[in-house]
Amino acid sequence: MANEKKFEVHLLPDLLPVYYGRLFPYEQYYKWLSYGNVPKTYFPHREFSFTLADDIYLRPKDHRTVTAFVPLEKELVFDIDMTDYDEVRYCCSGADICLLCWKYMAVAVEILDIGLREDFGFNHILWVFSGRRGVHGWVCDARARSLSQLARSAVAEYLQVVRGGENQTKKVIFNSSDLHPFINLIPDPELRENLSKVMPKCCNSLQRWETIKNEIEGMKNKKKSFTHLTTEIMFQLIYPRLDINVSKGINHLLKSPFSIHPKTGRVCVPFNASDAYAFNPLRVPTISDLIEEVGEFDKTRTGEAVKITDYKKTSMKSSIFVFEKFLSGLSKENAARRLEENGWCMI
Amino acid sequence: MSFSTGKAMITYFHTKIIMEIYSTKAFRRKQKILVESSYSSSLQFYSEPPTGNITLKEFDELSFLRAIERINLSGHAKNSEEWMQKIFEDFQKNKFFIISADKIGGTKNEDVINARRKDHLSHFILRLAYCRSEELRRWFVAQETDLFRARFVRVAKMGADFSSFLKENNLHFSQISEEELKQESVNLMMATYNINSVDQLEDKTFFKVPFVEALELVRNRKVFLKKGFAYVPSSDLVTLVSTVFRSKLSQALTATYKALPQIEDDERLYSLKDFDKRHTGSDYSQKKSASGQQITPEMLNHLSTTSFPLCMRHMHEYLNTQHHLKHGGRMQYGLFLKAAGLKLEDALKFWRSHFTKNMDVDKFEKQYAYNIRHNYGKEGKRTDYTPYSCMKIITTNVGAGDCHGCPFKHNDSNILKQKLINYQVSSDIVNEILDLTNKHHYQIACQRYFEAKHHSTIESGVNHPNQYFEESVAILHGTKTPNKAASTPNIKYQHSVLTSQSQASPSTQSQNAADISGVESMLFDDDDDMDDALFEVAMQTDVNS
Ligand code: SF4
Ligand SMILES: [Zn+2]
Repeated sequence: MANEKKFEVHLLPDLLPVYYGRLFPYEQYYKWLSYGNVPKTYFPHREFSFTLADDIYLRPKDHRTVTAFVPLEKELVFDIDMTDYDEVRYCCSGADICLLCWKYMAVAVEILDIGLREDFGFNHILWVFSGRRGVHGWVCDARARSLSQLARSAVAEYLQVVRGGENQTKKVIFNSSDLHPFINLIPDPELRENLSKVMPKCCNSLQRWETIKNEIEGMKNKKKSFTHLTTEIMFQLIYPRLDINVSKGINHLLKSPFSIHPKTGRVCVPFNASDAYAFNPLRVPTISDLIEEVGEFDKTRTGEAVKITDYKKTSMKSSIFVFEKFLSGLSKENAARRLEENGWCMI
Repeated sequence: MSFSTGKAMITYFHTKIIMEIYSTKAFRRKQKILVESSYSSSLQFYSEPPTGNITLKEFDELSFLRAIERINLSGHAKNSEEWMQKIFEDFQKNKFFIISADKIGGTKNEDVINARRKDHLSHFILRLAYCRSEELRRWFVAQETDLFRARFVRVAKMGADFSSFLKENNLHFSQISEEELKQESVNLMMATYNINSVDQLEDKTFFKVPFVEALELVRNRKVFLKKGFAYVPSSDLVTLVSTVFRSKLSQALTATYKALPQIEDDERLYSLKDFDKRHTGSDYSQKKSASGQQITPEMLNHLSTTSFPLCMRHMHEYLNTQHHLKHGGRMQYGLFLKAAGLKLEDALKFWRSHFTKNMDVDKFEKQYAYNIRHNYGKEGKRTDYTPYSCMKIITTNVGAGDCHGCPFKHNDSNILKQKLINYQVSSDIVNEILDLTNKHHYQIACQRYFEAKHHSTIESGVNHPNQYFEESVAILHGTKTPNKAASTPNIKYQHSVLTSQSQASPSTQSQNAADISGVESMLFDDDDDMDDALFEVAMQTDVNS
């Protein structure tokens, strides 16, 4: 499964039917989106999105009611995309991602997960690698699914600290090569001066950060604006950068978990927030890996292989396990709602 | 029949309608209304429709909403002290009845009760008018909520006790216990806006509500959140209450809208049907031009310099040099011309004359004529052929090669500046306009431009290019005295109201046009407009009486 080899995009049309025919976890998927079928007509009203080659989003429609399809409710979703971090990362840019910049994602997931659970009291949150360079968060509590648009945007704005990017961040120019670029975030000339003297002596980012912190600490009493400066810099650098428009609406489609990214061929796998730092996006299996794996498995163990569900023969197994655990939490909530709908109440 | 009986008749007429509307099935829920008779609080949730007599003064409520919109547009930060002050200064200045409704404590005198009743009634009348489209509903809910909020804060400052108000409207916000307050004191101190030390928590009480009930505070990170609950300081009660107010009102408007088909066939409702169009200024879609005038292609060159707002003037000039407009421009300008009184045949002639400079007639007929006809499409079809409002134009997307949109928003300052200078706008006004556009006050900038050209103002502000046009024509033709908009046309009403009621009077159309006031000419236009005009008259007479 370990692979750094390039995925061959042109194979996708041949591989997708095999993947969706043999490997895609339909059973769990249905279980997820039917939400215990409370109300009973729930599943038929859902809309799904799978991506085929070339960013064509497939939005199947119910052909009996082609007119005005309005999703009745939808998970509260979050989209964190590595490209929004381009101004604070120096290893890669654009669509690229490496283990260094994945840390930004891990931090984002950690912060959002805590915020959504502790502040907003949500319990059923699914984090999914988007297949290339980002993460999607799906908040699936019944309470979240029925939020109004206004409420969604309020939640998103509450969580979004770094805002108003576009035209302001572009003004931050990181040009001086011997300075650490972070210094340009420092508004005070005197402090900047001091830092530019000591910074070149540092040899890694930890040292640099310690130096900055110490310098600011030393000057804290002089200027009021320094009180929060360390924290502010920290926030600007690592706080989750959300594509807040995705969270606001109920019409925006995110690629579904377990779909295949059309460029990288990687599966959009769910992972636990607590494992975010250990997660390696470059090791997520591609569709070709999976199909190879099934073939290998079947070849070696002919007899028993027949009885085992195909995905269990692949490296996707652990991700499906994550998904199932998430589902079992959800089913408790569904059970309670079903009782309630039938006029029972839990005492 | 004297003037006053005429007025009484109108009053009676509308009273009946309103009562009947709200007692149709669609609205009949709890019929017995107790709140209304007493009006115990200055503020209302307007949960139940009014009963009893209605006089037309109640429309005044629209003026409050307008005033609030104006103040919001003029750049005062919403909910700030300054904003509050401006609003109530405005109310006081105009002697709006709402001021009396907000008296608290002591004995409630007749005035107070009457004012509250008016508040109640006019709110319900406006609902009928403002439920009709998404845009209108949004506008209405936004202004009503602002009004509610401003009044709430004001009466709270005067020392009002809200407990009975909360009880009457079934609002329960549970307070946290002493224990919980102690337990969370550090969190509350850190997370609550305006509280910076634990000492400040001493005499505070907090409500604990599901976070969706305090969205404004959540959005701005001004409250402590825990497990889905917001801890709202009692000083922010207003936010909680106005959130409920907002959501109730928006539900109620949707319900009213859904009930409309059942009640709309009632011919007596005709006057309410187009109410919004004439009073929000946001819709000029009547089949006739709203100004009742007709214009021809030959007049456009002249009119574009005297009476078109900048956006339209710009497109007209572009057309004169390039003889082409892209789709967005054809829609924006074409619909404007339609509402300004250009007939379909003339429109085709006009566009053809330009476009055929670049293409042959055949291509024009095949590719472009259809869409122009379409814009003049059959009425009753549910497509939007409404000329664009400023709001729509300002928020529109303007791409490469497009020349539609609002110049105050979509032009670079130096281009706008050059244009204004070319139009002989004096340099200090130009600077003022540029300053306004930099602060995103596009419509106010447009108003300045209007003032510079007419030495008179549009009192309600510029909301619609066609409104701009009509105001301009009215002033230039002297049918309207600059700055004294409401007072002039008053005297002739007695006559016109009464005659038009008994007959549709085409004969009077021959009157000397210059003598006819704006309202009167509408009155005599034709049968259809009779109710509209009655309505208009009644409103204005009441404003002035
Ligand atoms: S404010 Fe309205 S009328 Fe004035 S230029 Fe802009 S869009 Fe046209
Ligand atoms: Zn990287």
